[in-house]
Amino acid sequence: MTVPTLANAGARAGDEATLVLEDVHHTYFSGTPNEQRALQGVDLAMEERAFVVVVGNNGSGKSTLLNTIAGSVIPDRGRILIGGQDVTAWREWRRAALVGRVFQNPMSGTIPHLTIAENLAVAAKRGSRPGVLRNALGRERRRELAERARDLGLGLEDRLDTPVGALSGGQRQALTLLMATLVRPTMLLLDEHTSALDPVSTEQVVRLTERLIRSEGLTTLMVTHSIQQAVTLGDRVLIMHRGRIAENIGGARKRQLRVEELLDTFERLRNADLVDESAAEMVRRLYI
Amino acid sequence: MNLLIGSVSMGFLLSLLTLGVFITYRIMGRLDLTTDGSFGLGAAVAAALLTAGVHPLIATVAAAAAGWLAGAATGLIYVIVGIDVLLGGILVTTGLYTAQLYIMGGGNHSLVGARTLPGIAEDLWHALRLPDTVVLGATAVPAALFSAFLVFAVFVLFSVWVLARFLRTDLGLALRAAGGNAQAARALGLDTGLMETLGLVLANGLVALAGALFAQYQGFANVTMGAGMIVTALACVVVGEGLLGRRTLRRQIAGTLIGTIAFRLLVAAAVAAGLPGDALKLATALFVLVALATPTVLARVRRHLERQEATT
Repeated sequence: MTVPTLANAGARAGDEATLVLEDVHHTYFSGTPNEQRALQGVDLAMEERAFVVVVGNNGSGKSTLLNTIAGSVIPDRGRILIGGQDVTAWREWRRAALVGRVFQNPMSGTIPHLTIAENLAVAAKRGSRPGVLRNALGRERRRELAERARDLGLGLEDRLDTPVGALSGGQRQALTLLMATLVRPTMLLLDEHTSALDPVSTEQVVRLTERLIRSEGLTTLMVTHSIQQAVTLGDRVLIMHRGRIAENIGGARKRQLRVEELLDTFERLRNADLVDESAAEMVRRLYI
Repeated sequence: MNLLIGSVSMGFLLSLLTLGVFITYRIMGRLDLTTDGSFGLGAAVAAALLTAGVHPLIATVAAAAAGWLAGAATGLIYVIVGIDVLLGGILVTTGLYTAQLYIMGGGNHSLVGARTLPGIAEDLWHALRLPDTVVLGATAVPAALFSAFLVFAVFVLFSVWVLARFLRTDLGLALRAAGGNAQAARALGLDTGLMETLGLVLANGLVALAGALFAQYQGFANVTMGAGMIVTALACVVVGEGLLGRRTLRRQIAGTLIGTIAFRLLVAAAVAAGLPGDALKLATALFVLVALATPTVLARVRRHLERQEATT
């Protein structure tokens, strides 16, 4: 039995959800001593325009969750639907037609030795067949891309011919964000995309993220390490724990959520773990 | 002067080889050893077709197509079987050795008496009633040499122009993106396996084309002529980057041409200065080693000096 966790208050059953995960399982190094059960039955449904923030300790499965949606990890079991299409067996590049993605590492999302304009030109073709004969950077195309770059407010529109490798981490993440949303993605995935940045850049990228999501009405799943971001951003928080969604805080509860409360919830989950372990120890002593 | 024209002609036609290696080594970030095999394959296919009386243009294009197949083989071995391009290239090159022997019907294949591209150029030259010798500086260059030079220059410049245009199209950009950062490319919807294969196909087509032109320039093909070609091409890439830098794609592409010609002149000068022909491969290998090692060694020396300065 799978009961999808509806990620938007008031979502009616039967509504076409933008993202559906059904009983998703994944185990790394299965059958070896290093076996690691990253996902142990995740159910999730996200309505269009939902903005969900995922938090959890290291090893809780939050990155694997994101990777299964992006297609860089194909789950052992379960189904994934994006925009109503079953994409479970689609490879990563094919899913990119529906998914925009920003990585944790600012180096990961852009092509360093291509210029800003060239990076944007590649991103502008996401989900469509590349032309063989057409110049990728005709005057018209260049003007459009410069216009979009101007929206970032970082002055990148004047540096279109600069190789991206010359940009700072914050500038790169802002550019990656623009590239991920240049063609409107059905799902936007953000994987701790500010965790490698300094405080000023973090602030800048967070503000840009909020602005893009709101103005484009994007459906977003964001994984973060920052409790602060989990509290202030999005309309729902999921806490991942041991490969499952342990807490699902939405609606009014999310709006009133404070940092202390979220930390308390983490604490509670950890204590439950300790109880589990001592119970296991007791069982062992009794029966072995 | 004749030696100079010869070196420049050779530089022109071998710049297609350099360009092929530039695509795999710099754009795709791969060392593709199919290069050695497809150079010989291009020469073998062209030679066999030319002696069979096929028009030189068709024979040359067919040779390039054979190179595409060789590149596709290495690419598919990588994408489908998952064997690294380095090993895949060695496997394909080893197999191509046999293919070349079959195609040429032996280890050597002379083109004496066959109609070749330089031959056509010379006929055209005479048909246009141009003079038998061209006076450049103090020497008279025979028409055969000069017309061959012209036909190679036109052929090569055209190929380079087409390639440079292609790399600026959407597909060309996709190719460069996949070579530059596969993870980002996949996230942007590019099938990186397909792009890698496309890069190998394109590169080996150019290499085989160079092989075909080289055979027609020399007047023969033989089964060992591809051996070590990748090292020669790397040397030319390095020289080109040394002369023109790596700042823009346009410079880099021009660099493959200039670098190859400069390298041929360097070789001609070394031979004229007394370097025995047998030592050429060793000298080339050492040259590449030194050129690739120099930046690393310099950086290490600089760090060492800085550390010493900091402690005193």
